Amino acid sequence: MKYEAVIGLEIHCELKTKTKIFCGCATTFGADQNTHVCPVCLGMPGVLPTINKRVVEFGIKAGLATNCEINKYSKFDRKNYYYPDLPKNWQTSQYDLPIAEHGWVDIDVEGKKKRIRLTRIHMEEDAGKLVHSGTTIKDSASSNVDYNRTGVPLLEIVSEPDMSSAEEARAYMEKIKSIMEYIDVSNCRMEEGNLRADINVSLRPVGSKELGTRTEMKNINSFKNLEDAINYEIERQEEVLEDGGHIVQETRTFDPARGITLSMRSKENAHDYRYMPEPDLPPIVTSEETIEKYRSELPELPDARRARLEQEYGLSEYDAGIITSSRAMAEYFDAVIADGADPKLAANWIMGDLSKELNAEGIDISKSPVDAKRLGEMIQLIMKDTISGKIAKKVFKEMLTNPDSPEKIVKDKGLVQITDTKAIEGIVDEVIANNQKAVDDYKGGNKKAIGALVGQVMKASKGKANPQMVNKLLAEKLNG
Amino acid sequence: MKVTKEDLQNVAVLSRLAIAEDQEEKYLGQLDKILTYMDNLSALDTTDVKPTTYALPMQNVFREDVVKESLGREAALANAPLKEDGYFKVPKVLED
Repeated sequence: MKYEAVIGLEIHCELKTKTKIFCGCATTFGADQNTHVCPVCLGMPGVLPTINKRVVEFGIKAGLATNCEINKYSKFDRKNYYYPDLPKNWQTSQYDLPIAEHGWVDIDVEGKKKRIRLTRIHMEEDAGKLVHSGTTIKDSASSNVDYNRTGVPLLEIVSEPDMSSAEEARAYMEKIKSIMEYIDVSNCRMEEGNLRADINVSLRPVGSKELGTRTEMKNINSFKNLEDAINYEIERQEEVLEDGGHIVQETRTFDPARGITLSMRSKENAHDYRYMPEPDLPPIVTSEETIEKYRSELPELPDARRARLEQEYGLSEYDAGIITSSRAMAEYFDAVIADGADPKLAANWIMGDLSKELNAEGIDISKSPVDAKRLGEMIQLIMKDTISGKIAKKVFKEMLTNPDSPEKIVKDKGLVQITDTKAIEGIVDEVIANNQKAVDDYKGGNKKAIGALVGQVMKASKGKANPQMVNKLLAEKLNG
Repeated sequence: MKVTKEDLQNVAVLSRLAIAEDQEEKYLGQLDKILTYMDNLSALDTTDVKPTTYALPMQNVFREDVVKESLGREAALANAPLKEDGYFKVPKVLED
Protein backbone atom coordinates (compact mmCIF):
# COMPACT_ATOMS: atom_id res chain seq x y z
CA MET A 1 0.00 0.00 0.00
CA LYS A 2 1.14 3.57 -0.64
CA TYR A 3 1.19 5.77 2.45
CA GLU A 4 1.36 9.49 2.91
CA ALA A 5 2.83 11.19 5.96
CA VAL A 6 0.87 13.66 8.06
CA ILE A 7 3.15 15.96 10.04
CA GLY A 8 2.46 18.67 12.58
CA LEU A 9 4.96 20.75 14.51
CA GLU A 10 4.91 22.39 17.92
CA ILE A 11 7.71 24.92 17.85
CA HIS A 12 9.03 26.31 21.10
CA CYS A 13 10.60 29.70 20.68
CA GLU A 14 12.48 31.31 23.57
CA LEU A 15 11.83 35.03 23.72
CA LYS A 16 14.65 37.56 23.96
CA THR A 17 13.42 39.36 27.03
CA LYS A 18 15.89 40.47 29.66
CA THR A 19 13.97 38.74 32.43
CA LYS A 20 11.88 35.64 32.97
CA ILE A 21 8.16 35.52 32.31
CA PHE A 22 6.95 35.83 35.92
CA CYS A 23 9.95 37.15 37.86
CA GLY A 24 12.93 39.49 37.52
CA CYS A 25 15.62 36.81 37.16
CA ALA A 26 17.91 37.30 34.15
CA THR A 27 17.50 35.04 31.12
CA THR A 28 21.17 35.10 30.08
CA PHE A 29 22.27 31.83 28.48
CA GLY A 30 25.17 29.86 29.91
CA ALA A 31 25.24 31.21 33.49
CA ASP A 32 26.50 28.94 36.30
CA GLN A 33 23.86 26.46 37.43
CA ASN A 34 21.14 27.73 39.76
CA THR A 35 22.39 31.32 39.89
CA HIS A 36 19.42 32.85 38.02
CA VAL A 37 16.73 31.60 40.35
CA CYS A 38 14.47 33.19 42.93
CA PRO A 39 11.54 32.12 45.11
CA VAL A 40 9.07 32.73 42.24
CA CYS A 41 10.74 30.57 39.58
CA LEU A 42 11.69 27.96 42.18
CA GLY A 43 8.01 27.65 43.02
CA MET A 44 8.36 28.40 46.74
CA PRO A 45 5.08 28.53 48.66
CA GLY A 46 3.37 31.88 48.98
CA VAL A 47 5.10 33.73 46.14
CA LEU A 48 3.25 35.90 43.67
CA PRO A 49 4.22 35.71 39.99
CA THR A 50 3.73 38.83 37.82
CA ILE A 51 3.50 38.80 34.03
CA ASN A 52 6.38 40.36 32.10
CA LYS A 53 4.74 42.97 29.84
CA ARG A 54 7.23 42.33 27.02
CA VAL A 55 6.18 38.70 26.79
CA VAL A 56 2.61 39.72 26.02
CA GLU A 57 3.85 42.25 23.46
CA PHE A 58 6.03 39.60 21.78
CA GLY A 59 3.18 37.08 21.82
CA ILE A 60 0.82 39.51 20.12
CA LYS A 61 3.45 40.53 17.55
CA ALA A 62 4.21 36.89 16.75
CA GLY A 63 0.49 36.31 16.28
CA LEU A 64 0.09 39.30 13.98
CA ALA A 65 3.15 38.34 11.93
CA THR A 66 1.70 34.86 11.32
CA ASN A 67 -1.80 36.05 10.34
CA CYS A 68 -3.41 34.96 13.60
CA GLU A 69 -6.42 36.43 15.35
CA ILE A 70 -5.45 37.94 18.69
CA ASN A 71 -7.56 36.90 21.63
CA LYS A 72 -8.61 40.09 23.37
CA TYR A 73 -9.27 38.10 26.51
CA SER A 74 -6.46 35.71 27.29
CA LYS A 75 -5.40 33.92 30.46
CA PHE A 76 -2.84 31.58 31.92
CA ASP A 77 -3.52 28.05 33.15
CA ARG A 78 -1.69 25.43 35.14
CA LYS A 79 -0.67 22.33 33.26
CA ASN A 80 -0.07 19.70 35.90
CA TYR A 81 2.61 17.08 35.51
CA TYR A 82 5.39 15.60 37.53
CA TYR A 83 8.84 15.95 36.18
CA PRO A 84 11.82 17.35 38.07
CA ASP A 85 12.53 20.08 35.47
CA LEU A 86 9.52 21.94 36.92
CA PRO A 87 9.85 22.77 40.61
CA LYS A 88 6.13 23.55 41.05
CA ASN A 89 4.80 20.31 39.51
CA TRP A 90 2.89 22.38 37.01
CA GLN A 91 3.90 24.48 34.07
CA THR A 92 2.26 27.86 33.83
CA SER A 93 0.95 27.84 30.28
CA GLN A 94 -2.21 28.72 28.37
CA TYR A 95 -5.05 26.31 27.68
CA ASP A 96 -8.33 27.46 26.18
CA LEU A 97 -7.63 31.18 25.68
CA PRO A 98 -4.18 31.45 24.11
CA ILE A 99 -2.91 34.86 23.05
CA ALA A 100 -3.29 34.09 19.31
CA GLU A 101 -5.16 31.55 17.15
CA HIS A 102 -6.05 30.57 13.59
CA GLY A 103 -3.05 31.84 11.60
CA TRP A 104 -1.06 30.66 8.62
CA VAL A 105 2.28 30.99 6.85
CA ASP A 106 3.19 30.12 3.28
CA ILE A 107 6.09 27.84 2.47
CA ASP A 108 7.87 27.04 -0.74
CA VAL A 109 9.29 23.61 -1.50
CA GLU A 110 10.92 23.13 -4.89
CA GLY A 111 8.88 25.91 -6.37
CA LYS A 112 5.59 24.60 -4.99
CA LYS A 113 3.75 26.95 -2.65
CA LYS A 114 1.81 25.56 0.28
CA ARG A 115 -0.12 27.22 3.06
CA ILE A 116 0.49 25.80 6.54
CA ARG A 117 -2.18 26.67 9.07
CA LEU A 118 -1.32 27.65 12.62
CA THR A 119 -3.64 26.32 15.28
CA ARG A 120 -2.48 28.66 17.99
CA ILE A 121 0.35 30.51 19.68
CA HIS A 122 0.49 30.50 23.44
CA MET A 123 2.80 31.90 26.09
CA GLU A 124 4.38 29.69 28.72
CA GLU A 125 7.41 29.22 30.90
CA ASP A 126 10.36 27.08 29.91
CA ALA A 127 11.47 24.24 32.17
CA GLY A 128 14.84 23.60 33.81
CA LYS A 129 17.68 21.48 32.54
CA LEU A 130 18.48 17.97 33.70
CA VAL A 131 22.00 16.59 33.74
CA HIS A 132 21.85 12.83 34.00
CA SER A 133 24.45 10.83 35.91
CA GLY A 134 24.55 8.11 33.23
CA THR A 135 24.74 8.40 29.47
CA THR A 136 20.96 8.44 29.00
CA ILE A 137 17.99 9.24 31.17
CA LYS A 138 17.15 5.56 31.38
CA ASP A 139 20.44 4.28 32.74
CA SER A 140 20.90 7.14 35.22
CA ALA A 141 20.56 6.41 38.92
CA SER A 142 20.08 10.11 39.57
CA SER A 143 19.89 13.44 37.78
CA ASN A 144 21.02 16.94 38.61
CA VAL A 145 18.74 19.89 37.99
CA ASP A 146 19.61 23.44 36.98
CA TYR A 147 16.62 25.78 37.25
CA ASN A 148 18.18 28.78 35.45
CA ARG A 149 16.03 28.13 32.39
CA THR A 150 12.88 27.60 34.44
CA GLY A 151 10.61 30.55 33.76
CA VAL A 152 12.37 31.79 30.64
CA PRO A 153 9.50 32.94 28.41
CA LEU A 154 8.48 30.74 25.51
CA LEU A 155 6.02 30.97 22.71
CA GLU A 156 4.64 27.63 21.64
CA ILE A 157 3.62 27.82 18.02
CA VAL A 158 1.34 24.93 17.09
CA SER A 159 0.70 24.04 13.47
CA GLU A 160 -2.13 22.03 11.99
CA PRO A 161 -0.97 18.66 10.60
CA ASP A 162 -0.59 20.26 7.17
CA MET A 163 2.84 18.99 6.17
CA SER A 164 3.49 15.75 4.34
CA SER A 165 7.27 15.51 4.04
CA ALA A 166 10.47 16.27 5.94
CA GLU A 167 11.24 19.00 3.38
CA GLU A 168 7.94 20.74 4.04
CA ALA A 169 8.44 20.52 7.79
CA ARG A 170 11.88 22.04 7.40
CA ALA A 171 10.62 24.82 5.15
CA TYR A 172 7.88 25.58 7.67
CA MET A 173 10.29 25.73 10.59
CA GLU A 174 12.67 27.90 8.57
CA LYS A 175 9.81 30.27 7.82
CA ILE A 176 8.81 30.51 11.48
CA LYS A 177 12.45 31.11 12.44
CA SER A 178 12.79 33.79 9.83
CA ILE A 179 9.61 35.57 10.95
CA MET A 180 10.60 35.47 14.63
CA GLU A 181 14.00 36.93 13.72
CA TYR A 182 12.43 39.66 11.61
CA ILE A 183 10.06 40.80 14.33
CA ASP A 184 12.95 40.57 16.78
CA VAL A 185 11.25 38.55 19.50
CA SER A 186 13.78 35.70 19.66
CA ASN A 187 17.45 35.12 18.97
CA CYS A 188 16.42 31.84 17.33
CA ARG A 189 19.81 30.30 18.07
CA MET A 190 19.02 26.65 17.63
CA GLU A 191 22.34 25.52 19.09
CA GLU A 192 21.36 27.29 22.34
CA GLY A 193 17.91 25.75 22.31
CA ASN A 194 16.15 29.05 21.51
CA LEU A 195 14.13 27.25 18.90
CA ARG A 196 13.13 23.61 19.13
CA ALA A 197 10.35 21.49 17.82
CA ASP A 198 8.15 18.64 18.92
CA ILE A 199 7.18 16.68 15.82
CA ASN A 200 4.03 14.62 15.37
CA VAL A 201 4.15 12.07 12.59
CA SER A 202 1.50 9.62 11.40
CA LEU A 203 0.86 7.73 8.19
CA ARG A 204 -2.33 7.04 6.28
CA PRO A 205 -3.08 5.33 2.99
CA VAL A 206 -2.81 7.81 0.12
CA GLY A 207 -6.22 9.31 -0.50
CA SER A 208 -7.58 8.50 2.95
CA LYS A 209 -8.96 11.38 5.00
CA GLU A 210 -8.68 9.62 8.32
CA LEU A 211 -5.63 10.28 10.49
CA GLY A 212 -3.47 7.37 11.56
CA THR A 213 -1.98 6.88 15.02
CA ARG A 214 0.81 9.36 15.62
CA THR A 215 4.08 9.32 17.47
CA GLU A 216 5.81 12.35 18.92
CA MET A 217 9.49 13.28 18.91
CA LYS A 218 10.35 16.00 21.40
CA ASN A 219 12.99 18.73 21.53
CA ILE A 220 14.44 18.49 18.04
CA ASN A 221 16.93 21.35 17.87
CA SER A 222 18.42 21.41 14.38
CA PHE A 223 17.04 21.37 10.86
CA LYS A 224 19.09 18.30 10.05
CA ASN A 225 17.74 16.37 13.05
CA LEU A 226 14.24 17.50 12.12
CA GLU A 227 14.54 16.03 8.64
CA ASP A 228 16.36 12.90 9.79
CA ALA A 229 13.87 12.18 12.59
CA ILE A 230 10.88 12.59 10.26
CA ASN A 231 12.37 10.49 7.48
CA TYR A 232 13.33 7.75 9.90
CA GLU A 233 9.92 7.77 11.56
CA ILE A 234 8.08 7.61 8.22
CA GLU A 235 10.16 4.63 7.20
CA ARG A 236 9.73 2.90 10.56
CA GLN A 237 5.96 3.35 10.62
CA GLU A 238 5.70 2.17 7.01
CA GLU A 239 7.50 -1.03 7.92
CA VAL A 240 5.31 -1.65 10.95
CA LEU A 241 2.14 -1.12 8.91
CA GLU A 242 3.39 -3.23 6.00
CA ASP A 243 4.07 -6.08 8.40
CA GLY A 244 0.45 -5.89 9.52
CA GLY A 245 1.31 -4.26 12.84
CA HIS A 246 -0.13 -1.13 14.35
CA ILE A 247 1.53 2.07 15.56
CA VAL A 248 1.65 2.67 19.29
CA GLN A 249 0.85 6.23 20.28
CA GLU A 250 3.94 7.22 22.22
CA THR A 251 6.75 9.68 22.69
CA ARG A 252 10.01 8.65 21.08
CA THR A 253 13.47 10.18 21.36
CA PHE A 254 15.63 10.87 18.35
CA ASP A 255 19.24 9.73 18.60
CA PRO A 256 21.19 11.95 16.18
CA ALA A 257 24.33 9.82 16.41
CA ARG A 258 22.52 6.76 15.08
CA GLY A 259 19.86 8.61 13.11
CA ILE A 260 17.03 6.60 14.63
CA THR A 261 14.09 7.17 16.96
CA LEU A 262 13.63 5.08 20.09
CA SER A 263 10.62 4.42 22.25
CA MET A 264 10.81 6.15 25.65
CA ARG A 265 8.70 3.30 27.13
CA SER A 266 7.75 5.47 30.07
CA LYS A 267 4.95 4.02 32.16
CA GLU A 268 3.23 7.39 32.24
CA ASN A 269 -0.54 7.15 32.11
CA ALA A 270 -2.32 8.69 29.19
CA HIS A 271 -1.69 12.41 29.56
CA ASP A 272 -4.06 14.05 31.93
CA TYR A 273 -2.73 17.50 32.60
CA ARG A 274 -5.80 18.56 34.60
CA TYR A 275 -5.54 22.13 33.35
CA MET A 276 -6.96 24.74 35.67
CA PRO A 277 -7.04 28.53 35.44
CA GLU A 278 -3.99 30.06 37.13
CA PRO A 279 -5.45 31.87 40.14
CA ASP A 280 -2.31 33.96 40.76
CA LEU A 281 -2.33 35.67 37.35
CA PRO A 282 -5.13 38.05 36.37
CA PRO A 283 -6.35 37.78 32.77
CA ILE A 284 -4.83 39.75 29.91
CA VAL A 285 -7.25 42.07 28.19
CA THR A 286 -5.98 43.66 24.99
CA SER A 287 -7.67 46.56 23.25
CA GLU A 288 -7.97 46.99 19.50
CA GLU A 289 -5.82 50.08 19.94
CA THR A 290 -2.95 48.14 21.53
CA ILE A 291 -3.14 45.47 18.84
CA GLU A 292 -2.95 48.14 16.11
CA LYS A 293 -0.05 49.83 17.87
CA TYR A 294 1.91 46.57 17.88
CA ARG A 295 0.92 45.93 14.27
CA SER A 296 2.30 49.33 13.26
CA GLU A 297 5.61 48.47 14.94
CA LEU A 298 6.11 45.32 12.87
CA PRO A 299 8.88 45.52 10.28
CA GLU A 300 8.50 44.42 6.69
CA LEU A 301 8.14 40.63 6.89
CA PRO A 302 10.11 38.04 4.86
CA ASP A 303 7.42 37.37 2.22
CA ALA A 304 6.80 41.08 1.58
CA ARG A 305 10.50 41.83 1.47
CA ARG A 306 11.09 39.00 -0.96
CA ALA A 307 8.33 40.28 -3.25
CA ARG A 308 9.82 43.78 -3.08
CA LEU A 309 13.29 42.55 -4.02
CA GLU A 310 11.82 40.74 -7.02
CA GLN A 311 9.76 43.68 -8.20
CA GLU A 312 12.06 46.60 -7.44
CA TYR A 313 15.38 45.06 -8.32
CA GLY A 314 14.46 42.27 -10.69
CA LEU A 315 16.00 39.55 -8.52
CA SER A 316 14.86 36.01 -9.28
CA GLU A 317 12.38 34.44 -6.87
CA TYR A 318 15.08 32.05 -5.72
CA ASP A 319 17.70 34.75 -5.10
CA ALA A 320 15.22 37.02 -3.35
CA GLY A 321 14.17 34.08 -1.19
CA ILE A 322 17.73 33.39 -0.07
CA ILE A 323 18.58 37.04 0.55
CA THR A 324 15.45 37.57 2.66
CA SER A 325 15.54 34.28 4.56
CA SER A 326 17.39 35.99 7.36
CA ARG A 327 16.82 39.54 8.42
CA ALA A 328 20.55 40.11 8.85
CA MET A 329 21.26 39.14 5.24
CA ALA A 330 18.37 41.23 3.92
CA GLU A 331 19.69 44.24 5.80
CA TYR A 332 23.21 43.60 4.55
CA PHE A 333 21.86 43.51 1.00
CA ASP A 334 20.01 46.81 1.46
CA ALA A 335 23.20 48.40 2.81
CA VAL A 336 25.28 47.11 -0.10
CA ILE A 337 23.02 48.68 -2.70
CA ALA A 338 22.35 51.85 -0.70
CA ASP A 339 25.11 53.81 -2.46
CA GLY A 340 24.29 52.64 -5.96
CA ALA A 341 25.75 49.15 -6.32
CA ASP A 342 23.88 47.01 -8.86
CA PRO A 343 21.31 44.83 -6.98
CA LYS A 344 21.82 41.72 -9.10
CA LEU A 345 25.60 41.92 -8.73
CA ALA A 346 25.11 42.51 -5.01
CA ALA A 347 22.89 39.43 -4.69
CA ASN A 348 25.42 37.31 -6.58
CA TRP A 349 28.32 38.43 -4.43
CA ILE A 350 26.40 37.97 -1.18
CA MET A 351 25.12 34.50 -2.08
CA GLY A 352 28.40 33.48 -3.71
CA ASP A 353 31.81 34.51 -2.46
CA LEU A 354 30.63 36.17 0.73
CA SER A 355 28.36 33.36 1.95
CA LYS A 356 30.98 30.77 1.05
CA GLU A 357 33.56 32.60 3.12
CA LEU A 358 31.21 33.23 6.08
CA ASN A 359 29.96 29.64 6.13
CA ALA A 360 33.48 28.26 6.00
CA GLU A 361 34.55 30.45 8.90
CA GLY A 362 31.27 30.14 10.79
CA ILE A 363 30.84 33.91 10.94
CA ASP A 364 27.45 35.63 11.08
CA ILE A 365 26.85 38.07 8.24
CA SER A 366 26.34 40.90 10.72
CA LYS A 367 29.99 40.42 11.73
CA SER A 368 31.35 39.99 8.20
CA PRO A 369 34.97 41.11 7.79
CA VAL A 370 33.85 42.74 4.54
CA ASP A 371 31.13 45.12 5.62
CA ALA A 372 28.25 46.06 3.34
CA LYS A 373 29.65 49.48 2.51
CA ARG A 374 32.97 48.12 1.25
CA LEU A 375 31.31 45.36 -0.76
CA GLY A 376 29.11 48.05 -2.32
CA GLU A 377 32.21 50.08 -3.23
CA MET A 378 33.86 47.05 -4.78
CA ILE A 379 30.79 46.31 -6.88
CA GLN A 380 30.84 49.89 -8.10
CA LEU A 381 34.43 49.39 -9.24
CA ILE A 382 33.19 46.49 -11.38
CA MET A 383 30.35 48.63 -12.71
CA LYS A 384 32.79 51.39 -13.68
CA ASP A 385 35.04 48.85 -15.45
CA THR A 386 37.86 49.73 -13.08
CA ILE A 387 38.19 46.01 -12.39
CA SER A 388 36.80 42.93 -14.09
CA GLY A 389 34.65 40.36 -12.31
CA LYS A 390 37.61 38.03 -12.22
CA ILE A 391 39.94 40.57 -10.67
CA ALA A 392 37.15 41.42 -8.21
CA LYS A 393 37.50 37.95 -6.75
CA LYS A 394 41.12 38.75 -5.96
CA VAL A 395 40.18 42.10 -4.49
CA PHE A 396 37.48 40.45 -2.38
CA LYS A 397 39.92 37.88 -1.00
CA GLU A 398 42.29 40.70 -0.06
CA MET A 399 39.45 42.63 1.61
CA LEU A 400 38.79 39.74 3.99
CA THR A 401 42.01 40.51 5.82
CA ASN A 402 42.77 44.05 4.63
CA PRO A 403 40.52 46.78 6.04
CA ASP A 404 41.46 49.30 3.32
CA SER A 405 38.89 50.55 0.86
CA PRO A 406 38.59 48.41 -2.28
CA GLU A 407 39.75 51.38 -4.33
CA LYS A 408 42.97 51.62 -2.36
CA ILE A 409 43.53 47.87 -2.55
CA VAL A 410 43.09 47.92 -6.34
CA LYS A 411 45.58 50.77 -6.61
CA ASP A 412 48.13 49.34 -4.16
CA LYS A 413 48.09 45.91 -5.77
CA GLY A 414 48.12 47.28 -9.32
CA LEU A 415 44.88 45.56 -10.21
CA VAL A 416 43.31 48.36 -12.22
CA GLN A 417 41.78 47.00 -15.40
CA ILE A 418 43.49 47.92 -18.65
CA THR A 419 40.96 49.78 -20.75
CA ASP A 420 43.51 51.61 -22.83
CA THR A 421 42.91 50.42 -26.40
CA LYS A 422 46.54 50.89 -27.43
CA ALA A 423 47.85 48.78 -24.56
CA ILE A 424 45.40 45.98 -25.21
CA GLU A 425 46.03 46.13 -28.95
CA GLY A 426 49.73 45.49 -28.33
CA ILE A 427 49.00 42.34 -26.37
CA VAL A 428 46.39 41.20 -28.90
CA ASP A 429 48.87 41.55 -31.79
CA GLU A 430 51.46 39.60 -29.89
CA VAL A 431 49.03 36.78 -29.07
CA ILE A 432 47.87 36.57 -32.69
CA ALA A 433 51.45 36.33 -33.84
CA ASN A 434 52.31 33.58 -31.38
CA ASN A 435 49.20 31.40 -31.79
CA GLN A 436 49.04 30.68 -35.47
CA LYS A 437 47.12 27.45 -35.02
CA ALA A 438 44.20 29.02 -33.14
CA VAL A 439 44.15 31.85 -35.66
CA ASP A 440 43.97 29.38 -38.55
CA ASP A 441 41.22 27.40 -36.80
CA TYR A 442 39.20 30.54 -36.34
CA LYS A 443 39.66 31.65 -39.90
CA GLY A 444 38.84 28.12 -41.02
CA GLY A 445 35.37 28.50 -39.52
CA ASN A 446 35.86 27.29 -35.96
CA LYS A 447 34.57 30.45 -34.26
CA LYS A 448 35.08 28.88 -30.86
CA ALA A 449 38.83 29.10 -31.31
CA ILE A 450 38.63 32.75 -30.34
CA GLY A 451 38.12 31.60 -26.75
CA ALA A 452 41.66 30.26 -26.54
CA LEU A 453 43.02 33.56 -27.87
CA VAL A 454 41.01 35.62 -25.39
CA GLY A 455 42.40 33.40 -22.67
CA GLN A 456 45.96 34.04 -23.85
CA VAL A 457 45.43 37.80 -23.89
CA MET A 458 43.95 37.74 -20.40
CA LYS A 459 46.84 35.63 -19.18
CA ALA A 460 49.41 37.93 -20.75
CA SER A 461 47.74 40.94 -19.12
CA LYS A 462 47.62 39.13 -15.75
CA GLY A 463 43.83 39.24 -15.91
CA LYS A 464 43.75 43.00 -16.05
CA ALA A 465 42.65 43.54 -19.64
CA ASN A 466 38.98 44.41 -20.05
CA PRO A 467 37.47 41.18 -21.42
CA GLN A 468 34.85 42.90 -23.60
CA MET A 469 37.51 45.03 -25.27
CA VAL A 470 39.75 42.01 -25.79
CA ASN A 471 36.90 40.17 -27.49
CA LYS A 472 36.08 43.11 -29.68
CA LEU A 473 39.66 43.82 -30.73
CA LEU A 474 40.42 40.19 -31.45
CA ALA A 475 37.31 39.79 -33.58
CA GLU A 476 38.12 42.97 -35.51
CA LYS A 477 41.69 41.89 -36.22
CA LEU A 478 40.84 38.30 -37.15
CA ASN A 479 37.94 39.26 -39.38
CA GLY A 480 39.62 42.31 -40.86
CA MET B 1 -21.52 7.40 44.94
CA LYS B 2 -20.16 10.01 42.58
CA VAL B 3 -16.70 8.51 42.41
CA THR B 4 -15.63 4.98 41.64
CA LYS B 5 -12.65 3.11 42.99
CA GLU B 6 -11.02 3.51 39.55
CA ASP B 7 -11.43 7.29 39.74
CA LEU B 8 -9.76 7.33 43.11
CA GLN B 9 -6.86 5.18 41.95
CA ASN B 10 -6.41 7.27 38.84
CA VAL B 11 -6.34 10.54 40.76
CA ALA B 12 -3.91 9.01 43.24
CA VAL B 13 -1.55 7.96 40.45
CA LEU B 14 -1.76 11.39 38.78
CA SER B 15 -0.94 13.02 42.11
CA ARG B 16 1.82 10.52 42.91
CA LEU B 17 0.04 9.44 46.09
CA ALA B 18 0.13 5.93 47.47
CA ILE B 19 -3.17 4.98 49.01
CA ALA B 20 -3.32 1.75 50.98
CA GLU B 21 -6.11 -0.57 49.99
CA ASP B 22 -7.74 -0.48 53.44
CA GLN B 23 -7.85 3.32 53.21
CA GLU B 24 -9.68 3.45 49.90
CA GLU B 25 -13.20 3.34 51.36
CA LYS B 26 -12.40 6.22 53.69
CA TYR B 27 -11.12 8.47 50.89
CA LEU B 28 -13.96 7.48 48.57
CA GLY B 29 -16.39 8.64 51.20
CA GLN B 30 -14.58 11.95 51.66
CA LEU B 31 -14.35 12.68 47.94
CA ASP B 32 -18.01 11.84 47.54
CA LYS B 33 -18.95 14.29 50.28
CA ILE B 34 -16.93 17.09 48.65
CA LEU B 35 -18.52 16.52 45.27
CA THR B 36 -22.00 16.31 46.75
CA TYR B 37 -21.34 19.59 48.53
CA MET B 38 -20.32 21.19 45.24
CA ASP B 39 -23.71 20.17 43.88
CA ASN B 40 -25.20 22.90 46.03
CA LEU B 41 -23.91 25.36 43.42
CA SER B 42 -26.13 23.79 40.79
CA ALA B 43 -29.13 24.80 42.82
CA LEU B 44 -28.37 28.46 42.12
CA ASP B 45 -29.94 30.20 39.15
CA THR B 46 -27.00 31.42 37.05
CA THR B 47 -28.94 32.48 33.95
CA ASP B 48 -27.78 36.08 34.16
CA VAL B 49 -24.31 35.40 35.53
CA LYS B 50 -21.54 35.70 32.98
CA PRO B 51 -19.00 32.86 33.03
CA THR B 52 -15.67 33.88 34.49
CA THR B 53 -12.22 32.40 34.70
CA TYR B 54 -10.96 34.77 37.35
CA ALA B 55 -12.65 35.68 40.58
CA LEU B 56 -11.18 39.12 41.30
CA PRO B 57 -11.96 42.39 39.46
CA MET B 58 -8.41 42.67 38.14
CA GLN B 59 -6.75 42.47 34.75
CA ASN B 60 -3.47 43.36 33.04
CA VAL B 61 -1.24 43.24 36.08
CA PHE B 62 2.18 43.47 34.47
CA ARG B 63 5.78 44.17 35.38
CA GLU B 64 8.39 45.91 33.27
CA ASP B 65 11.18 43.78 31.81
CA VAL B 66 13.81 44.86 34.33
CA VAL B 67 16.33 42.49 35.88
CA LYS B 68 16.21 42.05 39.63
CA GLU B 69 18.74 40.33 41.81
CA SER B 70 18.34 36.57 42.01
CA LEU B 71 18.46 34.53 45.16
CA GLY B 72 22.01 33.24 45.04
CA ARG B 73 22.82 29.60 44.71
CA GLU B 74 23.50 28.88 48.34
CA ALA B 75 20.15 30.24 49.47
CA ALA B 76 18.37 28.51 46.58
CA LEU B 77 19.81 25.13 47.54
CA ALA B 78 19.56 25.62 51.31
CA ASN B 79 16.47 23.44 51.76
CA ALA B 80 17.15 20.93 49.03
CA PRO B 81 17.03 17.36 50.39
CA LEU B 82 19.81 16.37 47.98
CA LYS B 83 22.33 18.52 46.15
CA GLU B 84 25.52 18.07 44.14
CA ASP B 85 27.94 20.56 42.57
CA GLY B 86 25.45 23.42 42.80
CA TYR B 87 22.60 21.34 41.38
CA PHE B 88 19.43 20.02 42.93
CA LYS B 89 19.87 16.26 42.88
CA VAL B 90 16.87 14.06 42.16
CA PRO B 91 16.43 10.27 42.13
CA LYS B 92 16.00 8.25 38.96
CA VAL B 93 13.58 10.07 36.65
CA LEU B 94 12.21 7.28 34.47
CA GLU B 95 11.13 3.98 35.95
CA ASP B 96 12.40 0.77 34.37
